[in-house]
Amino acid sequence: MNCRSEVLEVSLESRQVDEAMLALLHTILLHRSTGKFHYKKEGTYSIGTVGSQDTDCDYIDFSFVRVSSEELDRAMRKSVGEFKDALCNSGSDGVGQISLEFYQKKKSRWPFSDECIPWEVWSIKVNVVSLANEQERQICREKVGEKLGEKVINIVEVINRHEYLPKMPTQSEVDNVFDTSLKDVQPYLYKITYQITDSLGTSVSTTMRRLIKDTLAL
Amino acid sequence: MDSDLSPQDKKDLDKFIKFFALKTVQVIVQARLGEKICTRSSSSPTGADWFNLAIKDIPEVTHEAKKALAGQLPGIGRSMCVEISLKTSEGDSMELETWCLDMNEKCDKDIKVSYTVYNRLSLLLKSLLAITRVTPAYKLSRKQGHDYVILYRIYFGEVQLTGLGEGFQTVRVGLVGTPVGTITLSCAYRTNLAFMSSRQFERTAPIMGIIIDHFVDRPFANMGHMHPCNYRTADEDEGVTYPGVEDSQEVCTTSFSTSPPSQCVCTVSKVHFQTPKSAVMDTLKVHITGLAFSDQLYSFRLSYHPPALGSADLCYQPVFNTAQPHQMVIPGKEGGVPQAPVQPSHGTPADHGRMPTCTPSSMARHIPATPSSREEAETLSQSSEAKSNSPPDILETTFTRKVGAFVNKPANQVTTACLDLPFAAFAPKNFDMEENDLMVNPPDSPVVESPLQGSLHSDDSTGSSGPLQDDFVMVDFKPAFSKDDLLPIDLGTFYREFQNPPQLSSLSIDVSAQSMAEDLDTLPVKLALYEQKIDEFDAFVETLQ
Repeated sequence: MNCRSEVLEVSLESRQVDEAMLALLHTILLHRSTGKFHYKKEGTYSIGTVGSQDTDCDYIDFSFVRVSSEELDRAMRKSVGEFKDALCNSGSDGVGQISLEFYQKKKSRWPFSDECIPWEVWSIKVNVVSLANEQERQICREKVGEKLGEKVINIVEVINRHEYLPKMPTQSEVDNVFDTSLKDVQPYLYKITYQITDSLGTSVSTTMRRLIKDTLAL
Repeated sequence: MDSDLSPQDKKDLDKFIKFFALKTVQVIVQARLGEKICTRSSSSPTGADWFNLAIKDIPEVTHEAKKALAGQLPGIGRSMCVEISLKTSEGDSMELETWCLDMNEKCDKDIKVSYTVYNRLSLLLKSLLAITRVTPAYKLSRKQGHDYVILYRIYFGEVQLTGLGEGFQTVRVGLVGTPVGTITLSCAYRTNLAFMSSRQFERTAPIMGIIIDHFVDRPFANMGHMHPCNYRTADEDEGVTYPGVEDSQEVCTTSFSTSPPSQCVCTVSKVHFQTPKSAVMDTLKVHITGLAFSDQLYSFRLSYHPPALGSADLCYQPVFNTAQPHQMVIPGKEGGVPQAPVQPSHGTPADHGRMPTCTPSSMARHIPATPSSREEAETLSQSSEAKSNSPPDILETTFTRKVGAFVNKPANQVTTACLDLPFAAFAPKNFDMEENDLMVNPPDSPVVESPLQGSLHSDDSTGSSGPLQDDFVMVDFKPAFSKDDLLPIDLGTFYREFQNPPQLSSLSIDVSAQSMAEDLDTLPVKLALYEQKIDEFDAFVETLQ
């Protein structure tokens, strides 16, 4: 099974990075989250309810819908914040990429750690621009809003192709497919990584560090 | 074919489709209420939430949707459509988008109804939640209130897109294959919103004759399969409460469903209701309490279009005058386009393609900001090439006349001609709306480059505005006591020439026009230059004194 990979690109101002990333990531997660599973006897289960919430952006002419889950929102904000800090502090041209990867865990025998097999990766390439005056910022506000709208349509289009999704797991396997740590919703297992491209075009060692960390994690 | 489907599966599928249709309508209508929607996630399933999504049910909307469906289900050749339109406080209206839920013949026999179809329908509803915030009408609906309101209309049958103007775009929300067909959900939305932008900045009253009812018969006589909605007046208050989310017996009996749903009754405290007539839309004010919305009143009105003649409220008949099948334009989308040809439901070939295309950039998002760059096209005005040979269809003529007249004729010209003209009493009454109106007799020349030119120009301005002004100015204008040998110019000519201020050069759209940024950049240089020549300026000022 090949991992499905989608790439989205946006150019925006540095102050818009947070909201734009949140908008896209939340849109993806809205589609990749279900209600909490409650397993019953005989292998059946019931699913909780996913609520939705409108969010307005302050720096972009855009509104998006996210899952009503404060925990999930906090996790997203944390990751996006780290990405934005890395983007702005790296001293690069402001080019970077944040990736949302959905994966399944495959249990391995000891001493090998569980394998993480991605089945869908969304990469958002970001290009930070600086603008000279307020008029350009106003135009950028609207243009980025329109761009994000197009990206949302792209995301919805991909998701509605109904390609591979992990099978609904049994109770013992649910943690291999879903992130059951949240109280109110249950997204598919995901991880967020990012890499910043410096001005030379080579990626900084952030990704390498993460790879090493993941490999060593037991 | 249904023969492969077990009776239980068939029953489940019908139920899923029915509730999916109802939830679709709820999502769309709630997205256009003008407020941020917030519903809570619940880890404990209540069973009342179809598709495991917390979507509140507004009872009136459910009621309207059920009435429109009238016991049928969306199926092949039978679409359920939700039309969103905008109505200004002056009574003009404009269709903004049409959401269409239909089914095509492509079946997926192997799919599991109770599991896969259900989950995919849930996914489609989530996609609908996302997409409803992306189309231009969302921003408009968030700003509704004093100047305009957003209306909805649900109908069942053939989709009608003629009211969306030229250049409307479509977006496919998604599709779900089932054993009886593929359910598709898509939206066609207007891109040409220049009517809105010009309206916002022209506060004068519409000119006389702007609302002309040429109807000679009931406007909905040929609606056929369309289902009119109830008419409600503001006077009646029968206090009808609609049943809330009932259907306690309608539980999705899949392996992952839960115990029977609890009752969830939404009480409507104030509902205006009247016996239905053959109207298309409703006027309704609803206080919603006890739901996730805020406590403040939101006016969620559906306008009423009375069938009778002479009503000033009759502003828009979107269902008529279907023309040739519209080509749906999807810019750069890979997913393909659901072909939804608009079948002419009556024989009269109507004017079609009246709206000259406006650049997609002139959309709602930019409306409050800079009107000058947005009023490029005379939206809703007749384009000459679109005129059919048959006499202009009365109904559509009315609609476009009303709006087109407003857009075409600059307000100050209009009011001057009609009301403020000093010699109006002496002006001959040969000012014929019909002949001079561009709606009825479109000019052969192309549309005005910039309506601002039209509104602020004088006869001396650049040529593109000439025809516009000349169309409107009375030909035989003979002001009384106007002959004067001292003046080399006739008073009437003088008045006509100078009744409008000359166009500001900064507003003219010339190729050489600099952006404000560039202007600001050159300012210091200019200031330095002027400072050098300050002596000359002082000398000049002294000569004036």
